[in-house]
Amino acid sequence: MEHDFAKGVEELGRQIDSRIASYFSSCVHCGLCAEACLFYTETGDPRYTPIYKLEPMRRLWKEQHTFWGKFAVKLGLSKPLTEQDFADWEELVYDSCTMCGRCSMVCPVGNDIAYMIRKEREGFSTAGYSPVGMQEATHRALTIGSPMGVTLKTLKAALAHVEKDTGLKIPMDQQGADYMTLFSSMEIVNFPEYIESVARIFDAAGVSWTISSEAFEATNSGIQIGSHEAAGELVSRVVNAAESLGVKFVISPECGHAYSAIRWEGPNLIGRPYKFEIIHILELLDQLQKDGRLQLSGHTDTPLTFHDPCQIVRRGGVVGPPRDLLGKVASGFVEMADHGTMNWCCGGGGGVSANERAEELRLKVFDRKRKQLEELGVKTMVTACANCRIVLEEGIEDREMDVEVIGLTELVAEYLTTKSAQ
Amino acid sequence: MIGQLIDGPLWYFSLAVFCLGVLFRFFTILRAGLKPDLAIPRAGGAAGALRNLFTRFVPRRDVATRGRLTLVAGYLFHLGLFALLFFARPHVDFYAERITGFDWPALPYWAFIISAEIAFIGLLLLWLHRLLHPVTRLLSTADDHIGTGLVFLVMLTGCLALAQSFEPLRLLHLFLAELLLIYFPFSSLMHTFTFVFSRGYTGAIMGRKGVNA
Ligand code: SF4
Ligand code: SF4
Repeated sequence: MEHDFAKGVEELGRQIDSRIASYFSSCVHCGLCAEACLFYTETGDPRYTPIYKLEPMRRLWKEQHTFWGKFAVKLGLSKPLTEQDFADWEELVYDSCTMCGRCSMVCPVGNDIAYMIRKEREGFSTAGYSPVGMQEATHRALTIGSPMGVTLKTLKAALAHVEKDTGLKIPMDQQGADYMTLFSSMEIVNFPEYIESVARIFDAAGVSWTISSEAFEATNSGIQIGSHEAAGELVSRVVNAAESLGVKFVISPECGHAYSAIRWEGPNLIGRPYKFEIIHILELLDQLQKDGRLQLSGHTDTPLTFHDPCQIVRRGGVVGPPRDLLGKVASGFVEMADHGTMNWCCGGGGGVSANERAEELRLKVFDRKRKQLEELGVKTMVTACANCRIVLEEGIEDREMDVEVIGLTELVAEYLTTKSAQ
Repeated sequence: MIGQLIDGPLWYFSLAVFCLGVLFRFFTILRAGLKPDLAIPRAGGAAGALRNLFTRFVPRRDVATRGRLTLVAGYLFHLGLFALLFFARPHVDFYAERITGFDWPALPYWAFIISAEIAFIGLLLLWLHRLLHPVTRLLSTADDHIGTGLVFLVMLTGCLALAQSFEPLRLLHLFLAELLLIYFPFSSLMHTFTFVFSRGYTGAIMGRKGVNA
């Protein structure tokens, strides 16, 4: 990606659409959004107020879209954005925002601040003011096909292990299968048990599925860094693979931003609707279970709770399925006080976990989840996003807590009625 | 002479600036453009927009706790001001004579006093909060203070004018209200109208995702 400050400002200006113009017009500077953001509540630093992170974009909006702003420019009274402003705000725009969208739920005038941050990042990344870790991840995603550098060879090695452990054949490049499955690099590297669970569940439920050797990576670093070009390229790889295999559905895995990238942003990035549908793995499991194709038996009595991945639940709309599934396999399921669409973020979404510079802050704001867990007093937390899982596990370790984190798909797979038992 | 100016031409001028200015602001918002959402929705955007327009009047649980002062003061101010603006006896008569041609039931005097007190308490609390709280101090611009200050002065002179029945005070009140009308479209006071856009846009996109925003 080419970096240029002037182009960055131009790009930032291009991002101001009617939504953003209405948001800036409506903001009354009441500060309520701060109370919803874990970066403010856990640090008390007013600079972490969500709408304050939009200050460079607000200044540009004022200059370009308001009477006083234009007037001030004419008289030479307005200070144009400088590289220093970008340098000063880079930390606020990237390190202290996970684009979790909690602030967007509470603003009295209805501003979707997470959307604004997503757009502001487009200007920042074009200008070259984005964290090195995220730049590298995006570069790897574009050149190698995965932000973590996972290649097809690595995937095949992981699949070979799964095949050995389960005795199942994992379908690859199967023309005309109903479902094409994506994985996140983190699942391939850190949680291959997710792949194993999917394989076992699909086998038991008789799902016709495949993996594409052309596009198996679900994550989209372009969305996180704020590059619609990179994001569009990553989405089109999946779309091309799915359309050439002729599948009916593409399954988004247990990864938050991957889902909102492919499900909600993707068609807009490539400029057309897909010829297939996107379904999140939790939606599919819930559907299979309701259709009677996924037979479950037994359940755990361990008291446990669910950490809602922001991009799947609040920003993705998959609110009911994880709860339905937990209702089937966990009798001790209890909700945290703020849950569902008002959950608190793990602190590492939106690319924050790929940004080493932000580590200290990320671990600090994990305190919000720690307090939630301590209030509830449970020792097991289920989630449905590999990134949340890693971030939560790191936070738990850092705070020396005794809490286990497990993936929901794996938990469901544990209570699968095997064919022999049927 | 000045009285005639305030009562006549300046009133019509400020009203015209207000109306045209507000329409122009709507136009600048719409002119920025919005690409259609090509993702297949779970539910209708229009229903989401409409829902969000109303549900945002009720605060969410934890913000209602953490931001209690802002919320309570915000409600007091807005409700009090609404009552004063549309139901104070002199206002009802003024609108009937100058704009609508018909009147409607006005507040009795005691209810006017309560509304005024509520509005004043709310406004002063919000202003104090704006001046003292680190977050609002950081966010606030000159525009926020000018807007608040003008509203405060308009309310103050209005109450005094009614209590004292003193013509110069009424004229001062009207003059300040006219300044407010002229300032309004160029300020964040525009949220009075643009909240319909901002809540609507967010409600629509979240509604399409199947989320009650
Ligand atoms: S809550 Fe909304 S109106 Fe209040 S400061 Fe934040 S963005 Fe502005
Ligand atoms: S999206 Fe989340 S992390 Fe970002 S400002 Fe809003 S509440 Fe804070």
